[in-house]
Amino acid sequence: MTGQALLSARGLTRDFRGFRAVDEVDLDVAPESVHALVGPNGAGKTTLFNLLTGFLRPSGGRIELAGRDVTGLPPEQVARLGVARSFQITSLFPQLSAREHVALALQSSSGLGWRFWRSAKLMGRYTERADELLAMVGLSELAEAPSESLAYGRKRALELAIALALDPKVLLLDEPTAGMGLEDVDRTVELISRVRQGRTVVMVEHNMSVVGRLADTVTVLQAGKVLVEGPYEQVRADERVITAYLGAADAAH
Amino acid sequence: MTSTVDTPADTPKAATPSGLVAVARAPGWVRYALLALGLAAAAWLPNGLYPAVAVDILCWALFAVAVDLLLGFTGLMSFGHAAFWGTSAYVTGLVAIHAGLPFPLAVLAGALAAAVLAVPIGYLAVKRTGIYFAMVTLAFAQMVYYVANEWRSVTQGENGLQGVPRELFGWDLTDDYYFYYAILPIVLLGLAAAWRIVHSPFGRVLVGIRDNPARARALGYPVHRYKLTAFVLSGFIAGLGGGLFAVGHRFVSLDVLHWTTSGKAVIVVVLGGIGTLWGGVLGAGIVVRLEDWLSFSGFEAIGLVTGGIFVLVVVLFRRGIWGSASALARRLAARRR
Repeated sequence: MTGQALLSARGLTRDFRGFRAVDEVDLDVAPESVHALVGPNGAGKTTLFNLLTGFLRPSGGRIELAGRDVTGLPPEQVARLGVARSFQITSLFPQLSAREHVALALQSSSGLGWRFWRSAKLMGRYTERADELLAMVGLSELAEAPSESLAYGRKRALELAIALALDPKVLLLDEPTAGMGLEDVDRTVELISRVRQGRTVVMVEHNMSVVGRLADTVTVLQAGKVLVEGPYEQVRADERVITAYLGAADAAH
Repeated sequence: MTSTVDTPADTPKAATPSGLVAVARAPGWVRYALLALGLAAAAWLPNGLYPAVAVDILCWALFAVAVDLLLGFTGLMSFGHAAFWGTSAYVTGLVAIHAGLPFPLAVLAGALAAAVLAVPIGYLAVKRTGIYFAMVTLAFAQMVYYVANEWRSVTQGENGLQGVPRELFGWDLTDDYYFYYAILPIVLLGLAAAWRIVHSPFGRVLVGIRDNPARARALGYPVHRYKLTAFVLSGFIAGLGGGLFAVGHRFVSLDVLHWTTSGKAVIVVVLGGIGTLWGGVLGAGIVVRLEDWLSFSGFEAIGLVTGGIFVLVVVLFRRGIWGSASALARRLAARRR
């Protein structure tokens, strides 16, 4: 399995002052699959995300991207190697327009960002591609608006457009439907199922119906460890998962 | 699917763009009119003020713009920029005295020395943010100050470097009035360079880093290296100002490296408007002119007045003079529409 995984972790561990947030996690993300990470609050999902994207350095273990060791690389290098992420709390540049966001993402793979002696108008070369991506996430009409003026759901869509602009091998989405109403959730699921074509997606998600509709593989984390891994139906029926996580919700009904 | 994730209210609400964005989005004729007005003011200045004061204003304008490049466009508050201003002043003075080069070349040497000094200081400082960045820059600037104080054989210590020549192909530039026009092109070049940096692809990345460094890294931008580059460019521009200041005064004293010089540069930028670029030029004009007027009228506690004005501006016009004025202009324009 390791041989064909696009993104894999072995014995991945992260300690915070005596507290082990991620504990010897093994993970294999198959190419062109949607892999969901679920688990109760504090299970270590976001920490794992931050380890996989270089925002945190692991205390132990190893991360490989397409067979290449990427353990301990800083986030900008991980991003350049093809791992794009969204943030759980919407993370944008308040004063830039939607189009400028996407252009900035498109520019990052070129050396243009260093040209302090050239005009910023050169970034116009990315307009066409930026508009395509904005159209894909349904933001065409709002391309000029400063991002801080966008409604919440639109900001999440813009996050996705930025991540796609990096043309990533792996797309990591941290709770893409967090804080959304039902209608927005449906639209986001539709959007993700469209952009996943030909891509590999890893997502942290609390909403189990979203996981059920999108994920090929589900990894359940609990207290920093992998509890169960497998297809959604199998994981959902697993006794340990029901007790540890889903059980709490099911028991309530 | 054409529509997408959405909740109502997409109407662009009253965003508060920085002065830069505001000017960039102002109609073309407004920008050209402002440019023409600025150039006319620069050409007239030594006719309306003491030429020596006008020269100081030009030097401080470069210094302020250099500080604003970091403070306003990279989100880094340097409290040690006197290190670059002062190092360039000394290097310019030494080169002019000992090598007898035309003063623009001496100034260039000084500015390059400042940029070189900015590499190690910036390398260590950009790993910190906020108050810690300010403290690291202050600490290094203090080190430079003490080195200059102790290294008397070169810097003459408290006596300062005397007799920095204003050599330029044998022309007589002893009159400050003519000297002003001799340095004006250099200053305009420096200001244009700062403008270009801010309006370059690099400048866009800097603003992104200022507003959201984590997001910039996730996009693949090496944030530290960008900040370091901005720091070195800023050190160079501050050095241009400091070198011209040395030639302008024909004398370099330890004051150029003192921490109050760093503080004054920050005050000038805050007064003019952070992140507005031209606000720093305006702030330099006001502060230098005011200080000269106060000292000429025999007023002792100059700091009391400039400090008081600083407090008033910070409390009443948070965006500084330029920032507040451009916000007002924008509101008037919106009302007329």
